[in-house]
Order: sequence, then C-alpha cells, then structure tokens
Amino acid sequence: MEVLLGVDGTDSSLRALEEVTERAARTGDALTVGIANDPDAGALGTGTDADDDLETQVREIADQVGMEVEVRRLGSDLGSELVEVAQTDDFDRLVVGGGERSPMGKIELSSDTQFVLLNAGTSVTLVR
Amino acid sequence: MSRVYPEELAREFERPPFEFDDEAGREIAIRPSEGEAPNDEEENGGEKGNKEFEALVEMYVAFDPADRAQGIPPARESQVREWLGTILEGGCDVLAWYGGECVGHATLVPDGEDAYELAIFVLDEYQRAGIGSQLMEGLLGHGQAQSAERVWLTVERWNDVAMALYRKFGFETSDTESFELEMALRLQ
Repeated sequence: MEVLLGVDGTDSSLRALEEVTERAARTGDALTVGIANDPDAGALGTGTDADDDLETQVREIADQVGMEVEVRRLGSDLGSELVEVAQTDDFDRLVVGGGERSPMGKIELSSDTQFVLLNAGTSVTLVR
Repeated sequence: MSRVYPEELAREFERPPFEFDDEAGREIAIRPSEGEAPNDEEENGGEKGNKEFEALVEMYVAFDPADRAQGIPPARESQVREWLGTILEGGCDVLAWYGGECVGHATLVPDGEDAYELAIFVLDEYQRAGIGSQLMEGLLGHGQAQSAERVWLTVERWNDVAMALYRKFGFETSDTESFELEMALRLQ
C-alpha cells in the first residue's frame, strides 16, 4: 500500500509518524511524508531552517525502526496540498494526526485536518 | 491566539454553596469541590476529598457515551481517574449533589495564558431539569470569588442546547474558524 502521511510538526503529527513507521516497517507499505511548517508550533519558527529541522526530525523517527521514507516538502497550506498530492499520485491512504488536546483534554482538530477529512478522495486514517 | 473576549463584563454570579429544587422536584446542592485527587489525601486531611473524588469517578463511569464531547470524559475508569487528577489540579471545580450522589460537575482549567477553559457535565438522567444552569451560575460565581478574569470554551457546532446555555450566561462566539465553535466570557 502507498501511504501518504501529513506532518506539521505538532505532537500529534509526530506521534502519528511513529505509529505509521512502525506499522509500515512490519507490513512493507511504502511511506511518503508530506511536511509543512506549523505556524503555531512557535519553537520551530518559520522558513527554511524550520523545514530542515522538521525533515531531520522525520528522518530520525523513521530511522528508529529502520524505515526509508520519502519526504516531500509541501507548502504552508498542508491540508489542501495533501489532498491534491494523494489524488494526483494515486496514494491508497492518507494519514494525519488525531488532533491536539486543550488544557481540559478536549480534542481539537486543526483546520488542515478538517480540510483533509472533508475533501480527500482517498480514505483517511486519523491516528489516536 | 486570536481569541476575542466580549467588551462587556459579565454580571455578578451567585457564589456556591447553594441549594435549589430542580424541575423534577429533586433537592440539589451546588458546592465548590473541597478535595483533590486521592494522592493528595494526606495533605488535605483525607476522607472528605477522597470520598468526593470517588463520587466524581462514579459519575463519570456512569456517563452516557453519547454525551461525550471532543473525547471527554474518557471511556475507561483508569483514564477517568487520570483525567480528573489533571483537571482538578486547576482548583476551580463546582459539583452538583443529589443526596450523596454526584450528578454534575463544572470546572475551570487554567490554560497557562491567564485564562481558563470551561467544561460542564450533567449525568444523563438529571439533564433537562435546570441543573446545568445552576451549575454554570455556581461555577462562574466561584470563578469570580477566585479572581478568574477570562473564560473560554469550545462546543461542537451541532450542540444547540449547550450553545444556548452558554449564551444565556453571556458567552459570545470568539473564533469561528476552527472545527468546533469557540466562545468566551469576561468575568471581571
């Protein structure tokens, strides 16, 4: 299966990456990771440096289970780009993080995730 | 964060404890929480806080899954205990009691940015009897007594009943862009 995972640098997206790489290492799925900056993830900042940081982080997590992943840099509008890439490149599955938690513990879905859920023509997995 | 609070201050709310008869004729007491999670038992002089905590756990274990909102309360008892341990640390909790049974809980949890996130829960068989309104009144009164200034919450867009309740207490929509609707109130 060809899997496309969106990672915006938030904790939930990195947890999704860990889970998906572990699974892919077992099943032999081919994994492509689409990355973008999360403007809210302040510590990562913006611009190329932050992209490099995120790409390095993605490769490190994949390395832990010996997975080779293709990293694609998508623009800042990650939701719509994931939907687009999944369709044009015939991915079988789109995967995104399951949302961040508010101080109360409520799950909050980002606007990118909302866009993916509503607009994807591909099946979507939300990782909890 | 682009949260917008109402310009106007909310009115003064009644401070708990107080009692009232709900629309089903049950005598309900609204009281501030007195204890924390069981691991604080010794410091708090024990018993009272512990009993209260167990009553709260019991309420959430009996909670109708259909009344969950955005993943809370959690489904399993162990997760309920962990979740309560975290939110009760915030220290602004008001409970609704019917005799020795905890039937409602409203809480303000500090968001680390000088504001509080609000949530309210009423056990299924005690809903539609006016308990939610009294719990909100008591929680906001307790919040004013504890000098909380700004309060916000999120609500699922289809949840008209909850939204009407929040509006009644002066909450206004503060962010329409996210998946859930966000509302905010200026307490003082």
